[in-house]
Amino acid sequence: MTDITAPSVTFADPDRMAALRRRRYAADLRLRFYGIAAICTAIGLLGILVTTLVIGGYSAFTQTHIRVAFDISEDLVDRGDPAQGRWRTVVSDAIEEMFTGVEGADMRAAGQILTNNTQFIVRDAVLRNPGVIGSTLVLEIPAADPYDQLNKGVINRDLPESRRRLNDGQIALWDVLVEQGRVSRPFNWALFFNADSRFPELAGLAGAITGSFYALLVCFVISFPVGIAAAVYLEEFAPRNRLTDIVEVNINNLAAVPSIVFGLLGLAVFLQTFGLPRSAPLVGGLVLALMTLPTIIIVTRASLKAVPPSIREAALGMGASRHQVIMHHVLPLALPGILTGTIIGLAQALGETAPLLLIGMNAFITSPPGGVMEASTALPTQIFIWADSPERGFVARTSAGILVLLGFLITMNAVAIFLRQHLQRTW
Amino acid sequence: MANPAPTPAMESFQTVRTADANANPARLKADGVNVFYGEKQALFDVSIDIPEKSVSAFIGPSGCGKSTFLRCINRMNDSIEGCRVTGDITLDGENLYDARLDVVELRARIGMVFQKPNPFPKSIFENVAYGPKIHGLARDKTDLEEIVVSSLKKAGLFEEVKDRLHAPGTGLSGGQQQRLCIARAIAVGPEVILMDEPCSALDPIATAIIEELIDELRENYTIVIVTHSMQQAARVSQKTAFFHLGKLIEEGPTEGIFTNPREKRTQDYITGRIG
Ligand SMILES: Nc1ncnc2c1ncn2[C@@H]1O[C@H](COP(=O)(O)OP(=O)(O)OP(=O)(O)O)[C@@H](O)[C@H]1O
Ligand SMILES: [Mg+2]
Repeated sequence: MTDITAPSVTFADPDRMAALRRRRYAADLRLRFYGIAAICTAIGLLGILVTTLVIGGYSAFTQTHIRVAFDISEDLVDRGDPAQGRWRTVVSDAIEEMFTGVEGADMRAAGQILTNNTQFIVRDAVLRNPGVIGSTLVLEIPAADPYDQLNKGVINRDLPESRRRLNDGQIALWDVLVEQGRVSRPFNWALFFNADSRFPELAGLAGAITGSFYALLVCFVISFPVGIAAAVYLEEFAPRNRLTDIVEVNINNLAAVPSIVFGLLGLAVFLQTFGLPRSAPLVGGLVLALMTLPTIIIVTRASLKAVPPSIREAALGMGASRHQVIMHHVLPLALPGILTGTIIGLAQALGETAPLLLIGMNAFITSPPGGVMEASTALPTQIFIWADSPERGFVARTSAGILVLLGFLITMNAVAIFLRQHLQRTW
Repeated sequence: MANPAPTPAMESFQTVRTADANANPARLKADGVNVFYGEKQALFDVSIDIPEKSVSAFIGPSGCGKSTFLRCINRMNDSIEGCRVTGDITLDGENLYDARLDVVELRARIGMVFQKPNPFPKSIFENVAYGPKIHGLARDKTDLEEIVVSSLKKAGLFEEVKDRLHAPGTGLSGGQQQRLCIARAIAVGPEVILMDEPCSALDPIATAIIEELIDELRENYTIVIVTHSMQQAARVSQKTAFFHLGKLIEEGPTEGIFTNPREKRTQDYITGRIG
């Protein structure tokens, strides 16, 4: 010990100390500036991303519709068996009706203004309401993609005819419809309620959303209990030895394995060995569960570790068995953390594309899956498919799909933050 | 793993004991207890009788093994990896380290109160009701309520919390929390209550209340208390044991230890020269 009565520092140079202080404040300021600059960069990049998506995708949230009156005459549609009606004729009659009196109307071009599936839309409407047979049925029919783009201003009519998707004659036909007041552009519910389609004006995300939902459900049902059980065992029961060390290292490594590897694994194991159906949300969910499992195990262990030891001691000291200590005290206290981590893990799984491509969830499927065994797409793979399609309408839909996916992700993360703030107990 | 070779100090060492003619009979006895944390020995050949329905205090400098010994009595050391206990601790002649003994039941008979108040993050009622619930002590709800109320009364807390039994236990003051922990321990009807520095996180007023409470509880319970405060040991205990470097140096009636210690190290400690 040194003699504490003799200070070894002399406080003789106030100038030097003041200069030192100034330099320390300057360093503080610089550090804060770097932080703010980094955050601004991050927010700026995010802003660019979202702005690009909104500019590219907002038009897909509306859809051009044309009001058409169909004459459901009994000659064409039999009351006894309306499904076998001559729907193609019903539609072409209605189109002719719209353009009667129009000089030099090109009826072949006119037939392509309404979406390709119009006859089925009319048929389904009549089947839902057979009472209209014999009278006139007015429906809002989606316009085919080129006309939709024309209406949205994406196709520029001032360009020379040779460089436009629509020639002057087609544009003239369109203008007739606009003049008749048949054209409207309401919110595009089809984007959420239709499944995929070859025709952009009909394509929607319903199949992808349902597929993603089923896949995440399978993923959650498997990875949540398994992950928690594994974490509880490793954290509370496992002896510290070489074997558990190896398990631990491997779990941490598993979290870093590229997702495409899990896809290959799913392909080899679930499809080829177990013979599960291709493109099924069940298989997608299983693969995603493999990927989410390490995340859940790691967050669960961290949450368990964060429970203060005094609570365990209190419970043990009361004569609680180990099982009771965990079930009554430790797990409930760790649950908010576990749930938060799980939701973030699921959000990651929701955005995962590569493994789903490998197990065939990028198939072209025109109806939402009715269960986990039916072929389906998922949100990210649907975006992938649309991004690959040349039609102008799919370009906007790709961006819109990304916005919808981001919306789901933000919602899930918001739920996670809410849980963290409102369920967490203080002790 | 073989026992580490006994250190030379261990052989030449003998606890100084003063008999107390007025002491209650002892049902809790330790005989030749050694504790190892891995290779390191923390307690050396500790033997002591704990008289029933009285307060015994363990004193000694930090790190001398008081808590270690206390935790041996209700086998809380079981959950520490690498901790090994040899020797006998018996309650009514029954060896607590017998392989057939049920630890869960043992801890219902020997309760514990910790240094830092550690109520569960649940309501006051739930805190006290937890023990009776897991041990199946209450036949029905009214039974349980009765146990909770009487435990809170015995712990001197009932009057202060009677109109907020369902408020969180963690919302009480430190002293109230510690009394809640005592109520929680009492609720399972233990014979022995172990207290590890129960007042070290409390202010003097809360400490005085707890000391008074300990004095009352002595009527019905055997109490073992670890304390750093010599005054506290002198005030509340009938028997005192002085530990130093893992050894039980001297034990005897509290008055004797404080007024007339027979061992030099005891004297040095209570006069403040070591510690
Ligand atoms: N879990 C443990 N692992 C290893 N060594 C331990 C452990 N707990 C205690 N020890 C050691 O055992 C010895 C006795 O510790 P103990 O906690 O019993 O002391 P104490 O008398 O209660 O001290 P204090 O008055 O500071 O609480 C100390 O040397 C300590 O380092
Ligand atoms: Mg201690």
